[in-house]
Parts: sequence; structure tokens; C-alpha cells
Amino acid sequence: MTALTLGGALNAGLRRSLAGDDRVVLLGEDIGTLGGVFRITDGLKAEFGAHRVVDTPLSEAGIIGTAVGLAYRGYRPVVEIQFDGFIYPGFDQIVAQVAKLHYRSRGNVRMPITIRVPFGGGIGAAEHHSESPEAYFAHTAGLRVVACSDAADAYVMIQQAIASDDPVLFFEPKRRYHVKGEVDESASLADAKPLGVASVVASGTDVTLVTYGALVQTARDAAIAAQDDGVSIEVIDLRSLSPMDLTTVASSVRRTGRLVIAHEAGQQVGLGAEIAASITERCFEFLEAAPVRVTGHDIPYPPAKLERHHLPDLDRILDGVDRALGRPNSLSGVEA
Amino acid sequence: MTTSAMTPPDRHATGLLTKPDEFLQLITPSGERRHDSELDRWVEDVDLDALRALHLDMSVVRRLDTEATALQRQGELGLWPPLAGQEAAQIGSARALRDDDFAFTSYREHAVAWVRGVGPADLLRVWRGAAASGWNPFEHGMAVPQIIIGAQALHATGWAMGAKWEGSDAAAVAYFGDGATSEGDVNEALVFAASFDAPVVFLCQNNQWAISEPVGLQSRQPLARRADGFGIPGIRVDGNDVLAVMATTRMALDRARRGEGPTFIEAVTYRMGPHTTADDPKRYRGEEELASWRERDPIARVRALLEASGADVEALEREAAERADRMAAELRAAITSIADPEPLSVFDHVYAEPHAHLERQREHYTRYLDQFEGGAR
Repeated sequence: MTALTLGGALNAGLRRSLAGDDRVVLLGEDIGTLGGVFRITDGLKAEFGAHRVVDTPLSEAGIIGTAVGLAYRGYRPVVEIQFDGFIYPGFDQIVAQVAKLHYRSRGNVRMPITIRVPFGGGIGAAEHHSESPEAYFAHTAGLRVVACSDAADAYVMIQQAIASDDPVLFFEPKRRYHVKGEVDESASLADAKPLGVASVVASGTDVTLVTYGALVQTARDAAIAAQDDGVSIEVIDLRSLSPMDLTTVASSVRRTGRLVIAHEAGQQVGLGAEIAASITERCFEFLEAAPVRVTGHDIPYPPAKLERHHLPDLDRILDGVDRALGRPNSLSGVEA
Repeated sequence: MTTSAMTPPDRHATGLLTKPDEFLQLITPSGERRHDSELDRWVEDVDLDALRALHLDMSVVRRLDTEATALQRQGELGLWPPLAGQEAAQIGSARALRDDDFAFTSYREHAVAWVRGVGPADLLRVWRGAAASGWNPFEHGMAVPQIIIGAQALHATGWAMGAKWEGSDAAAVAYFGDGATSEGDVNEALVFAASFDAPVVFLCQNNQWAISEPVGLQSRQPLARRADGFGIPGIRVDGNDVLAVMATTRMALDRARRGEGPTFIEAVTYRMGPHTTADDPKRYRGEEELASWRERDPIARVRALLEASGADVEALEREAAERADRMAAELRAAITSIADPEPLSVFDHVYAEPHAHLERQREHYTRYLDQFEGGAR
């Protein structure tokens, strides 16, 4: 085991994928000489060459569209979108081409493209640098969408995403890039937890708390804090947002009877709504209370000085847990 | 005659920039063979037999187009985007390709598909609504036709970048229309292709109309001049002249194979029919314009040249008619051979690997269908 930051684990995972398959190529803005604005690709151009780690012109549609052509040619392109809010110029190529070409070609053309996206807020950044656009992609048939939350998962999941014959939107919790964790660099991918399976990261009996990305750490902290209050929270790191491992969530909710979903993205038509509806369909008779969503507000991402009023934090999550438990909370007495 | 159309813009301005209204031409509309010091050598192997073959190609695909349009009118196809008028631009360029090259086209390049060996049923099934696409791209060196305007220009460029990295001398060709030149994707493709010296030929068929919008709405200058801004040679060629299109495409492909990067070809042509069978061009253009382009018919001028060269054009036309009749019969037979897809095939190929959510949805819909007599069938 090696202690690596989440960013370092991604770097190590990318290195292993590049070394293991010469069809893997990295494309993105500033990913070569600079090593990426977050240094996730640091040293890879020097190690593998300018044709494997490619600094591209500043065009997200261009990067993704040429990745489609490279996939046609048999490559496994790994694209870096510099920041979450920069993905939209590439949206058409992602949803109209990357997502649909396998279907459109009746299985003849595979799109094993990994699109890496640093996502989420909490870093005091300028506009367009803190967004959570994952629901757009989870809504799109043909894409797989995953989010890693710690170094060990980051290391394995990035390699699994690259090895997948389907396109994968790979969301990286940028405010956790520097968080260290133990990584087993010798581990075989074959033995690893499959990409589409959720993890129960804290066991509990009173409430099931589902989240992903940067909020997994916040949720674990909330679970520890709740123990002092005598509340036992089971935390599930969803890991995969399309498909979602609702089997794991449902099995937990059948035991706890209560469900809280937390994400940084806004509430309207978000993943929380999908999880709440799906779990209600599957576990209606087990639910002791309506599912609760703790999410970002339905606003454009706010200026840095306001982001603490937008991002769900430990206290807001616990307030949601209280709601699920029918304990006094901020909305007590307010009609639903 | 423009002679310096291939001069890279980093050396000095191309002839196109000084003579924007002109284009390269080897066969005049009346069938006279013109000579061009740069282009001639690229088609010096095209003798009378080869010219006859090109005439035959164009005649057959014109009939294919007429027949498919008729099949749409008869309700056998849901839609058809006719290529009539663009035979020379498509045949001349596609016949310049090698088997290991790859064509990334829009939805109107039926002649390119035909040249790449796509059979009648595979050409039609998508327009019948029976399948998402017609053929395996890797069997024909031709991508699934693209409906999003211009998106394929980037795919061609990426493919070409990959080919170059492998040391292959294969090239990609991106086919798109005049309207596509306004799309970001095409412009971004030109940037990437130039930056990476990608072996790709951008073949823009300027057919004058993007549904109802004239090319003047897309550009205030000849489209070939756009290339100069990207540091890519731009060639403007008579798109109704099969020989000139073939020569310029061969020249551009050779440039790509030698590692000299992309070329932009504007083939000036005309869409004689509607945008698709759902369109009514009478609402936006006049008979006079159509008539003026009829005089520049791509097939008629080759016939005239062959006649002037002493070829037996009557025999040629007999053969063309026979081949076209055979093609028409094949199309009609093909239509009946296209089976309606199985209901549950709606779930096929969304993903290459199992997807838990979709599997559940398929299972639920299977149960739903099973309630009825005959079940999911």
C-alpha cells in the first residue's frame, strides 16, 4: 500500500493505463507540458510522449469530436475537461455522438472514451469552475457516469473507466484532490469492485444517507457526528451515477426505513429525485418517512463568498437526517 | 485558369484569393476538355475507358436517387435526401479514395456509399426507419452518415490524427455542405487538422442551398477562402466536373499521405432536387436558377466529351440504362428484404457492456409485451 493523494492516485492510474495499452491516449488543454491545471497528468507527457499525452487547441467540441474519430480508428481516448463548467461547448459531441454512436452503428463502432471532469465547488473559484453537471449526462442514454470519492477508488475506477468499451463520464471531486489515502498499486483490476457498484462506506441502522463525490467525506463526518446524538447513519457512496446501484441502496433502506440523498447539484430534476422515486417504488412499504433531499440550491453557482450558503455541509446534512427521522429540524411545522 | 490553387498560404496568396469567382475546371459544361498545368497530371491515367466508367457511375447513382425518391413517394421509405446534381462531386472524390482511407460523410453522400461498396438494402434501411444505420463502417471504410451538421468533420480529423501517429499513409475525407461551414465543429476541425498536420481532406460540396438558406447567408466570400485563415490550402473546383473533382481530391490526398496535412476543397455544385422528400424548394428558389444549373449537368458534359472524343455514346448510354435498370430492380427487391426490427431490439447496442438500469427496463417491457398474444414478437 502507498499513501497517495486522490490526484496522485488518478495520475498513477492513468500511468498504468497508458503503460498497459498503447491505444490509450490522453487529450486535453494544458495536460502535457504543464501536467494539467490540477497536475493530474503531471509527468505523463515526458514519460509517454507527445502522441500519447496530447496538448490540444482550446476547443471542447474539438477535443471530444477528435476523440470520436480516434475511437473510430481503434484508440481509447481519455479526455480531460479542464473544469466542470467548460464542458458545455462539447455537449453536442458528447450527447449526440459519443453517447449514440454504438447504438447508431448497431454495435459496430465502440466509443471507449473516458471524459474526465473535475467537478464541484468548495475551492473559492471564479464562475464556471465549481459546477456539478452530472445529471445532464446521467440522463443521456449511452453514457456511463461515475464519480470517485477517495484515492483508492480513484486509482481503480479511472483504470476501469478507460478499460470499459462504453463511454464514461468520470467526475473527480476537485476539492478532495489533495486528500491522502492508502492505495494498493499492485491490485489487479479483475479483483476490484466493478465500476457500477456502490459502496457502503459507513454502516448504520437508523438512516440511509446516499451521496457521491466530494460529499462522501462530508457524509462520513456527519455519520460520526450523529453518533454523539445516538443516531446511526449508513453512508452509501454511489460511485456510479449511470447506472445507479439501486440494489445496494434499496437493501440498506429496507433495513433503515429512511433515506437521505445529498448532492452539490441543484435539486430540480436531479439525481436525488431519481433516487427518491426509484427507492420509493422499490421500498414503499419499508419507508418510515418520505425521502429527503439535501442539495445545492437551484441557482447558478454563486460567488465564492456565498458558496458556503449553497453547498450542503455537515450541518445541513444532519438537518436533513433529522427531517427523515421526524426529529426537530429547520422545516419543522412547515407544510411540505 | 487558376494555376496556383495548391500554393500553401504561408508562402503566398493562392490564386483563389485573387480570383474568387473562378474555379478549377477540366471539362466545360459543353464538354470541352480544358487543360491545366497543375491538375492534368493527376488524371493523366483517366483514358476513354476510365471516363466511360465515371459516366456509368454517375448515371447509375442518378437512377438510384430517382428510384429512392420514388420509393419514398410510394410510402416504402420514410424520407430520402436526394443527391441529384451532385454526382460529379461525390463520384469524382470517392473514386480518388483508397480502400484503407475513411470517409466521414453527411446524409446525402449516397454516391460515396455506392462507390465504397454499400449494397442497396444497406443504403435504404435507415431511410425506411428499420434500423439506426445501414452498414458496418469498417467493412466499407465509411462512417455512419452524420445528421448533425458538420459534426463528422471532427471525427475525420481525429481518425486522421490517429492514422498519422501510427505512421500510416491512409487519409480521411470529411464530406459536408456549405451550411456546415458555419458550424463550430467544422471550424474546430480545421483548427485541429492544421495544428496536427492531420491527413484529412475537407470536401465541402457547396450545393448553394442549406434547405432554404442560400450560401450567401453562410459566407460573404467563396468558402474555399475560409481555409486560408486556418493555414490550410483551399481549392475551389467545379463540382459538376467529375475530372476536376477527381484531380483535386487526388492532389489533396497525395498531400495528406506525404505528411503535409489537410486540404480544403470547395466543390461548387448544385442540389437539383429538394433538401429531402419533405421539402418544397419552390418556396425559396425559382425555375430560372434550376434551368441555369441544368445546363451545367455533370453527366451531360462527360457524355459530350466522350462523343467529341469519338466514343460510341449510344452504346454507352445503353449500358448505363441497363446498369441503372438493374440497380433500380435491386433497390425494389431490397426494400422487400428489409425486415421490420424485433420490438425488443430497441434496447440493443445502447451500451457495449451490460447496464443494470437498462436491463431492468428491458425485462419490464418484455413482461409487458408478454401479456399480449405472440408476446414480444
